[in-house]
Amino acid sequence: MATQHSRSAARLMMAPAVVLLLGWMLVPLTMTLYFSFKKYLPLRGGDLGWAGLDNYVRFVTSSAFWPSVQATLLIVGGVLAITVVFGVLLAMLLDQPMWGQGIVRILVIAPFFVMPTVSALVWKNMFMDPVNGLFAHLWQFFGAQPVEWLSNASLTSIIMIVSWQWLPFATLILLTAIQSLDSEQLEAAEMDGAPALSRFRFIILPHLGRAITIVVLIQTIFLLSIFAEIFVTTQGSFGTRTLTYLIFQRVLESQNVGLGSAGGVYAIILANIVAIFLMRIVGKNLDA
Amino acid sequence: MARAVTTNRKIVNTAAAWAVGLLIFFPILWTILTSFKTEATAIADPPVFLFFDWTLENYAVVQERSNYARFLWNSVIIAGGSTILGLIIAIPAAWSMAFVPSRRTKDILLWMLSTKMLPAVGVLYPIYLLFIKMGLLDTRLGLVIVMMLINLPIIVWMLYTYFREIPGEILEAARMDGASLKEEIIHILTPMAVPGIASTLLLNFILAWNEAFWTLNLTAAKAAPLTAFIASYSSPEGLFYAKLSAASVMAIAPILIMGWFSQKQLVRGLTFGAVK
Repeated sequence: MATQHSRSAARLMMAPAVVLLLGWMLVPLTMTLYFSFKKYLPLRGGDLGWAGLDNYVRFVTSSAFWPSVQATLLIVGGVLAITVVFGVLLAMLLDQPMWGQGIVRILVIAPFFVMPTVSALVWKNMFMDPVNGLFAHLWQFFGAQPVEWLSNASLTSIIMIVSWQWLPFATLILLTAIQSLDSEQLEAAEMDGAPALSRFRFIILPHLGRAITIVVLIQTIFLLSIFAEIFVTTQGSFGTRTLTYLIFQRVLESQNVGLGSAGGVYAIILANIVAIFLMRIVGKNLDA
Repeated sequence: MARAVTTNRKIVNTAAAWAVGLLIFFPILWTILTSFKTEATAIADPPVFLFFDWTLENYAVVQERSNYARFLWNSVIIAGGSTILGLIIAIPAAWSMAFVPSRRTKDILLWMLSTKMLPAVGVLYPIYLLFIKMGLLDTRLGLVIVMMLINLPIIVWMLYTYFREIPGEILEAARMDGASLKEEIIHILTPMAVPGIASTLLLNFILAWNEAFWTLNLTAAKAAPLTAFIASYSSPEGLFYAKLSAASVMAIAPILIMGWFSQKQLVRGLTFGAVK
């Protein structure tokens, strides 16, 4: 039973974690907010006074803004669609009885542990290179002209690379969910003569609903801020400049901290809208 | 009754699953194979798969040229240090939340998780500035602190989910039997908490090892871990496939092996037990 004594001990034990996270959240956030109202160019004069809402207006009206939002949404949407669809199929396949299931599972989840910088570089050079890449050899073998992946199909390339990294995550979560499905229900449906497609639609898919939501939400959080993959492949050129990358360029490359901070505030708002949905779901689970 | 499966169906399943598995694993396999080739074989047309003269030369060259050992050491210190520091701070917090819950416990947990949603790029410059002022830029200590903070919510959550599964009845039974507090902690609580702590440690080590945004932006030469070491291979002039492959294998091998051991924890850790 929790006594007064144990309650104050508990508070004391929680304090370091709470204080640190509060500081981690409030200090940089306040600074970002402060900078976003400033004309602040560290290499060209430093703090040049207040700018009011100028940075916010300039960031949204700059020609790079909407393309970057579009690129972000295309990447997030594309990766989500691919990983969820193939994740469900793959999870269903891996759930079947087979020989060497453990080894296959290890093969499938491996990409998730590969550093983003490594996977981007390996894909860029050894697969997507128009001269020496494996895809180029493959295309030539079939008599086709090799594709200049990262310049001519840049968004598709990024989506491919990122999907490869996240498919294991989706598969793993969905497989765990599928394994908790009551097989008797499926058998009964099969006995009653329900065709495979309707068994999938009316039993398996609804059962996976929660797992799919979680995959979508967690991946969205991570994908909204995808950075390393773009950093080592296209550096934001050829239409792959996401919102995150645009802010990064404003702040660190062109050293316009005020403008970049305003962009940062937009990114924070965007991420929080997504986060609210995630919180709701996780919060609900906490009660269960 | 378990579903009867015909051997035929099992053969088809096995073939399909292995084909897909190998396809997904192929980029890693190809990287491993290429790392043992000479540069000429690595770009041979048509590509050579298994029948080439295997060589270890690339690994030696990578180590010689860029002092792989130092990057590796930085990675170990940063990932290990931040995980251990995080655990030291998180264990008491998660412990008290799991065993002495109050009305606000749930709000605190959700708030902690919400700090994880803070887009790094939005707060990069302030951290950068603070790091310069405090002399933490390009130091391992600085990265240990950042990594600890970005992973702390996950550590607390994972530990909380594990601790909550320790049944209170066992504790009470032990107390009835006259166990002292010391015996209670050593013989009952610790054995039940250790597996959860171990898998939290493992998952967080993996996350910190692979994190690239902060390491690329807050390190230059001294404290750069393997993520940055690999990024230095992105310049076109330094590009050699066999060496790039050897470097990649050296960067991912330790974590790949750890990851395989912790796949079950990964599901729980990343979804906070929301999927079972």
